[in-house]
Amino acid sequence: MADSDNKLVKYWKRNLLYLVVLLSIWFLVSYVFGIFLADSLNGIRIGGAKLGFWFAQQGSIYSFVILIFVYVWLMNRLDKEYDVHED
Amino acid sequence: MSVQTWTFIIVGLTFALYIGIAIWSRASSTKEFYVAGGGVHPIVNGMATAADWMSAASFISMAGLISFMGYDGGVYLMGWTGGYVLLALLLAPYLRKFGKFTVPDFIGDRYYSNIARTVAVVCAIIVSFTYVAGQMRGVGVVFSRFLEVPINTGVYFGMAIVFFYAVLGGMKGITYTQVAQYCVLIFAYMVPAIFISLSITGHAIPQLGFIGKVTDGSGTFLLDKLDQLNVELGFAEYMDGSKKMIDVFAITFALMVGTAGLPHVIVRFFTVPRVKDARLSAGWALLFIAILYTTAPAIAAFARTNLINTVSNRPYSEMPEWFKKWEVTALLGWVDKNNDGVIQYSKGTAIVGKGPVQEKENGVAVRGASGEVVVTNADPANPNELYIDQDIMVLANPEIAGLPAWVIALVAAGGLAAALSTAAGLLLVISTSLSHDLIKKQFRPDISEKAELWWARGGAAMAVMVAGYFGIHPPGFVAATVALAFGLAAASFFPAIILGIFDKRMNREGAISGMVVGITLMLYYMLKYKLNYFGGGTADDWWFGISPEGFGSVAMFVNMIISLVVSRLTAPPPADVQAIVEDIRIPRGAGEAQAH
Repeated sequence: MADSDNKLVKYWKRNLLYLVVLLSIWFLVSYVFGIFLADSLNGIRIGGAKLGFWFAQQGSIYSFVILIFVYVWLMNRLDKEYDVHED
Repeated sequence: MSVQTWTFIIVGLTFALYIGIAIWSRASSTKEFYVAGGGVHPIVNGMATAADWMSAASFISMAGLISFMGYDGGVYLMGWTGGYVLLALLLAPYLRKFGKFTVPDFIGDRYYSNIARTVAVVCAIIVSFTYVAGQMRGVGVVFSRFLEVPINTGVYFGMAIVFFYAVLGGMKGITYTQVAQYCVLIFAYMVPAIFISLSITGHAIPQLGFIGKVTDGSGTFLLDKLDQLNVELGFAEYMDGSKKMIDVFAITFALMVGTAGLPHVIVRFFTVPRVKDARLSAGWALLFIAILYTTAPAIAAFARTNLINTVSNRPYSEMPEWFKKWEVTALLGWVDKNNDGVIQYSKGTAIVGKGPVQEKENGVAVRGASGEVVVTNADPANPNELYIDQDIMVLANPEIAGLPAWVIALVAAGGLAAALSTAAGLLLVISTSLSHDLIKKQFRPDISEKAELWWARGGAAMAVMVAGYFGIHPPGFVAATVALAFGLAAASFFPAIILGIFDKRMNREGAISGMVVGITLMLYYMLKYKLNYFGGGTADDWWFGISPEGFGSVAMFVNMIISLVVSRLTAPPPADVQAIVEDIRIPRGAGEAQAH
C-alpha cells in the first residue's frame, strides 16, 4: 500500500511539473509577448505585422493549440509509465 | 437567383438537416439526455464543443468589434481561446474522472454540502440564461435582415427549431446537430474570408493575407496601409492599442478563466468515454475554434480597409447597394453635417445616443437632399458623419466585397448555426440543473428514470419559452450581463473547482465562503460601474484602473484567498471526500464511474 501510495505521489508531482512548465509557456505567449512586452516586440516584424500585435491576434492562439496537444502526448506517456492508464 | 431565394434554400436545407439528425438520435435514457451516453468520440466532441462555444457573438460581432478596436481586440481573441488551455490542463480530465453529469454535482459532492450544490445551481442558471437571451436575439436579427421577416417571427422560428431537437434529443441530439452546425458555420465563415483575402492580398489563406501585401501595386503591407488610413482619419494606429495595459491584462484573464468556468462548456467533457479522451477532446475543440479565431482578425483588417476605401470622402450618390440597404435597418446612418453631399468619416461619435433615429412620415423613412435616410440625432460636437454598427462588418462583408449571392446566403445560414448551437447547449444546462440537480438531488431522490427524463424534457421546454421571451423583449442590460456571465463564472465556479481538485485540504466552509464573497464582489462592482447603482462611478474611479469586464480576475483572486484562509481555520474535509480527490487525480477507472 505504502509503495503504491508513493508511486501515486510521484505521478502527481510529475503531473504538476508538466502543468507548471506548460502554463508558464501559456502565460509567456499571451500575457508577456502579447501584452506586457508588446511595445518592445513591435520593433520586430513578421510579414506586415508588428510582432507584439501578431502574438496578441495570431501567435498566442497557435501556441495554445500546440500546448494542449503536447500536454496530451506527455500525459499519455506518463499514464503508461506509472501504469495508471485506461484500457 | 436573388440573395433572398438563395437564403431560403440554404437556410431551409440546413434546418432540414438539423431536424433529421434530431429524429435519428433521440435520447431514451437520462444518461443519453444529459451526457449523450458518455460515448462520444473525442474529435466529434471537439467539433460539438467548438459549435457550442462559438455563439452569435463570435460569428457575427467579433470580427467587427476587432476591426474598430485594432490591437485592443486581442483581448477577445486571447481571452476566448486561452481558457481552453486551462480547461484541458486543470479541469476536463479530473471532472471526467469524477464522472457525474453536471458542475453542481461536482461542487455538491466534493464539498459534501447541499448549500454548495444550490449555490452552484443558481450560478449555472443565471449564467446560462443571460447567455441564451443574446442567442435568441441573434437568430431574430439574422432572420429579419436576410429573410426580411419581422425580428419576432425569426425568434419564434428559432425557438421552434431548438425546441424540437433539444427537447427530443437532449445531449445526444444536440451533440450530433452541433457537429453539422460546426461544419455549416466554419464553411460560411471561411468562404467569404478566402474570397476577400484573394482580392485584397492575393493570398488564399486569410491568416497569410493578414500579414501580406496589398495587390494594388504599391508594395505596402495591408496592416501598414491600415495604420496609415486610421491615422489619416484621426483614429489610433491599428496595430496600437488605446486601453491601459493593466486593463487589457485583467480583461484577457477574466475571459480566459470565465471560459474555463462556463457550465455549458465544462459539461461537454462529461460526454467522452475516457479521461484521455477528455484531454484530447479539448485539443480538438480548440483547434476547430482556432480556425475561426485566427481568421477573425484577418476579416477585421480586410473589412476595415474595404470600408474606409469605399465610403471615406466619397459622395453619397456613389454609394453601392449594400450601403443603402443597411441604412434602412438603422445599423448604418449618415448625417451630412456640412451639407456637401460627401461622407466624412473620422474619429468621434456621429450621433447622440444609441443608434440612428430615423425621421418617418406615415411609416416611410424621409429622404434628405442627397437621397439619404434622414437621421435626427446628429451629434454636432464633432465632424464625423458616419455611424456604423459593428455587427454589419461580418454580415455585410461579402456584399462590400461584391461576392456572389449564394455566399451572402451562406453567411446567414452560418450565423443561424452559431446562434442555434450555443442556445441548445445552454438550454440543456438549464434543464439538467432543474431535473437532476434540483428535483432528483434535493427534492425527490427516489424519482424514477422515466420521470426524471420527463422533468428534463419539461425543463428544456420551459427554458426555450423563457429564452424566447427574452429574445422578443430583450432587457436593456443584456449587453452588460453577457460580460457579467464571464465575470460570474470566473468569480464563482473556477476557484471552487480548481481548489477542489488541487487542494486536498479545501473544505466546505472555505469553498462556500469563497464563492459567496467572489460573486457578491463581482455583482457589486458590475452594478456600480456598469449599471450605475450604489452611486455609480466613471472610469477614473475604477479600482486599479480595471474595467468591470476585467474585474472577474480580481474577484477570482479574492475568492481563492478567502477559500484558502477559511479552509485552514476550519475542520479538514472528511476522509471519504479526501479519497474522492485522490481518486480523480488518476485516470484509471473512469469507465467504471457510477452511471447515476
